[in-house]
Amino acid sequence: MKLKLLVLCLLLSCFSVASAQEGTSPPEDTLLFDSTLLPAPVTNLVAFDTENDHGHAITLEWEISVDDGAGKQSVAMYEVFRWVPDLMTAIPSFRDTLDYLKLRTSSSWSEPEPGSRTDSIHSVFAKLDMAQLEQKKETLERTIGQAIRDLPAAHAAYPENGSWQQVAVAPSGSVTAEDVGTKEKDSPDYLPDYSDFYYRVNAVTADPDIRTPSEIFGPVQSYGQWFNLGRLAVFVFVMIFGFLTIFFVSHARRGADLYVRPLAGIEAVDDAIGRATEMGRPILYVMGLGTADQIATIASFTILGRVAKRVAEYQTKLMVPAYESVVMAVAQEVVKTAYYDAGRPDDYKEDIVFFVTSLQFAYVAAVNGLMLRELPATNVYMGKFFAESLLLAETGAVAGSIQIAGTDEIAQIPFFIVACDYTLIGEELYAASAYLGREPILLGSLKAQDWAKAAVIILVLAGLILANLGVGNDWAWANNIVDFFRVVD
Amino acid sequence: MDFSTFLWTTFAAFLTLATYSFLYKDNPFYKIAEHIVTGVAAGYFAILLWHNGLVPKLWFQRLDDGDWWTLWLNSSKPWYLIPALLGVLMWTRFSKNYQWISRWPMALYIGISAGIAVPLEMSNRVNKQLYDTMADLDWANFLGQGRFFFLDTASGLSQLLIVIGVVAALIYFFFSKAHTGVFGATAKLGIWTLMIGFGASFGFTVMARISLFINRMQFLGGWGAEAFNASGTTPNENYTAWFQLFFWLMVLLVVGYATREIIIHVRGKAKSS
Repeated sequence: MKLKLLVLCLLLSCFSVASAQEGTSPPEDTLLFDSTLLPAPVTNLVAFDTENDHGHAITLEWEISVDDGAGKQSVAMYEVFRWVPDLMTAIPSFRDTLDYLKLRTSSSWSEPEPGSRTDSIHSVFAKLDMAQLEQKKETLERTIGQAIRDLPAAHAAYPENGSWQQVAVAPSGSVTAEDVGTKEKDSPDYLPDYSDFYYRVNAVTADPDIRTPSEIFGPVQSYGQWFNLGRLAVFVFVMIFGFLTIFFVSHARRGADLYVRPLAGIEAVDDAIGRATEMGRPILYVMGLGTADQIATIASFTILGRVAKRVAEYQTKLMVPAYESVVMAVAQEVVKTAYYDAGRPDDYKEDIVFFVTSLQFAYVAAVNGLMLRELPATNVYMGKFFAESLLLAETGAVAGSIQIAGTDEIAQIPFFIVACDYTLIGEELYAASAYLGREPILLGSLKAQDWAKAAVIILVLAGLILANLGVGNDWAWANNIVDFFRVVD
Repeated sequence: MDFSTFLWTTFAAFLTLATYSFLYKDNPFYKIAEHIVTGVAAGYFAILLWHNGLVPKLWFQRLDDGDWWTLWLNSSKPWYLIPALLGVLMWTRFSKNYQWISRWPMALYIGISAGIAVPLEMSNRVNKQLYDTMADLDWANFLGQGRFFFLDTASGLSQLLIVIGVVAALIYFFFSKAHTGVFGATAKLGIWTLMIGFGASFGFTVMARISLFINRMQFLGGWGAEAFNASGTTPNENYTAWFQLFFWLMVLLVVGYATREIIIHVRGKAKSS
């Protein structure tokens, strides 16, 4: 039964395979043309697994045709062809049949349009009853799975039962191209790893029928790498930064007095809380639109903890409208802990942190309304902000609140600067949490950041000198050092 | 425009004007708009999470033929059960005795996210910026070309200014050293560099906001033309007399509120004087 079905599917696919190959296979007989018109072929073609990826891709390199940019100057482009076994070409047709069977056995089945592809498949299966169709569907699913597993063997059978198919095009002057497939087995672009691939490159003239194929290169296999060496610099930096952090944290834990320069915005927090207490008005703490996994939001949690503790000590009212449910849950925990630390657990209420909505401007509308109705003495904006930054800060200014803002979203900092009394710029937001907390872990990591910045400055200057000297004097080693810092994703 | 579409457009125009009324002060129209949009957004996101998250990923899968069919137990991704269980643990927050359990999924979520963020931030915000700053300066075109040669961003001088700006800005962000002396002067240059960048960014964004405002005005203009047409200025068979009544009542309401505000304002002025 399985074999019959496979044969049936192969027959069904014959037409589509034949039609698909039309126009993609290179003409084998190029002697129909005057041989003097033919461009010289590319030479020294090599293909190898694309480095630093998850597999399913092959890189090709060659030396350009002597008629590309010189000689007859007739090469317009290069076409890259890969030998593809018939089994691989047939799989999409198997899937078409399977899709038909799924549709046929579902409630949404309707008669296909006469002459359509579905109609041609339907003509084969029209007389089968539902039980037979279900059986065929299951068998075909297993057959497709087996066919995918058999692809490496089918590739190994080169040159039997297969054909050449175009997989990439490169403009004239190119010396490299990439045949990138996908790891998704359901995709028509699936390229199996550990299969023998064969390639050739055609030098094509302005008349696409006049082309010269190169020597065939193969076999070559694709496979994934465990490590992306293109990101080696990132690894080195993370390790160095990790080491610096551990070193300075342990240093701080041993009681070292680590200096942190005063940050005006953070110095103002205590005054602002005092002002709110004196005025008998609440403090509004807005954490922005960030999710709990973003660095700015995590820094905001720390600052919120500090603000909440001071608010609990002064017995002032705190309001924290949340944009995201997880942020709300974490913020509730933070505020609760702060109230406990301040020795006032009874003053903590669940609705200090409350959910508003997860739509940007609806959130803004609600918070703006809150500002004008509750008239908070102090508004603190810490976290990730987007287009709502000015809307919030301007309304807070109209309400007469003291405003302190901090975000690492570069595009929004200008709005906070113009509308708020104090603004923490970028990394100052992260430093603020360390400054407020004075905990060894945070202070140590802040010190480590400063050392990392010093290292970056030195590297920038050294790299600048090397890059300019390297080019001028043709020093390969200097360029290699600079290239080490290049990150290839 | 058919009548039902026009009614919704009228509603949108009302919400637009109600939101703009906030420029004057907080008022009942703004409150209506605020509560409608907040409520609708909350409901919309609840349904969105239900249909895009829970239903297809946890309970049912949409098959190729369009049927909602397979229970997650039969699906090809049974590991979705793990986040589902973590999600259920979040509900322990409703219990005083067991709410500590909800800290576990939160800790896992934040821990994983921070772990992913470290190499990503290092790559995007440090390594790539660092490499791009190590520029091979264009010495042949150092002073730039054209009439405003000093604004030529491709010139070697511009490239050098970028490097100086980067170094100075980095020095501004040193927190464990006081900004005094030469260090302080360099930090000041850094904050100047940042402020120049912020100024450019501010102008750019404001221009984009103005284009949004123009779009809204065009919408209101289009609606106004249609509304006056519908409200009887020119007979239009698409709209009933009920709309005319509704429209003029709304106009009356707005005019009434505005008059009330003016009277309160005038009385307040008279009292204070």
